[in-house]
Amino acid sequence: MAFSNEQLTRYSRHIILKEFGIKGQKKLSRGRVLIIGAGGLGSPAALYLAAAGVGCIGIVDADDVDLSNLQRQIIHGTDDIGRPKADSARAGMLAVNPETEVRAIRAFVHAGNIMDLIRDYDFIIDGTDNFPAKFLINDACVLAGKAFSHAGILRFNGQLTTYVPGLGACYRCIFKEPPPPEAVPTCRQAGVVGALAGVVGSLQAMEAVKYLAGIGELLSGALLTYDALTTTFRKIRLPRRADCAVCGALPSITAPVDYAQAACDLTL
Amino acid sequence: MTLIVAGTAKEYPDGINLTRLIELEKVETPMYVTVALNNAFVESGGFETAVLKDGDTVEFLYFMGGGR
Repeated sequence: MAFSNEQLTRYSRHIILKEFGIKGQKKLSRGRVLIIGAGGLGSPAALYLAAAGVGCIGIVDADDVDLSNLQRQIIHGTDDIGRPKADSARAGMLAVNPETEVRAIRAFVHAGNIMDLIRDYDFIIDGTDNFPAKFLINDACVLAGKAFSHAGILRFNGQLTTYVPGLGACYRCIFKEPPPPEAVPTCRQAGVVGALAGVVGSLQAMEAVKYLAGIGELLSGALLTYDALTTTFRKIRLPRRADCAVCGALPSITAPVDYAQAACDLTL
Repeated sequence: MTLIVAGTAKEYPDGINLTRLIELEKVETPMYVTVALNNAFVESGGFETAVLKDGDTVEFLYFMGGGR
């Protein structure tokens, strides 16, 4: 497949990078990324990946756009209030780059659909807002041998790690099990700065770009933490857990599992 | 003794264990923090018996559930 003149112009700032070139751009155009959650993290990730020329992007979200989302979920506009987020995000991506194939999937992820949802994709971005979903995505990606980017944000802090099959710790190596509902603060209770979601979601997009283009070093086996108030980034090396329940030598989790979560936490 | 906690070297009383360090550092949600001591995870049941030595490196890893 050769790029048209218009494509060469659109992607010229990528192509001019010696690490990237036409070859890297072709890899992006053949790449397939699934973004789970069209919210604070998913919005910037989706916009950058569409703009970058990723060939196919799936966007999963069951909710509708709400006024309280717009402070940080920048792929949605005021006119989108009440519209399904997956559809609104699809329109936002196509407005940036009509060449990208975008699949809008209006669904919550659960143990019954996660393996089917991730199957067709090369890289998964976790942009969800609750622990059951974060553990579910981790387990499914480990089981399916898919690379993914995990991230979490709260107040003025964010953190992310990239799981690459066979390399480094998975999310469950670090945290083992979800905390009980209400045991740790959520963004809805504690707040979050919109631009912080932009920083962390953009870092997730960068990980996807590097993975697809095959350049640089991924954030695998490490947790990057970001303190926005002090502008401090730290990269913490992570050990693997030899007895991890999903990626360890003798896993007890061999199929995706659902954890209970209060319904109100899933809808906002 | 000097410990490197969350990347910063600081002085602490000799011979404290992880439970005491968690108190001194005012760790939020201490029940649910993951601790890495010298790049190895310590099970939460092992905080009492994990006595710290000069030069040890401790990282606290926190649940951060937001994203939307």
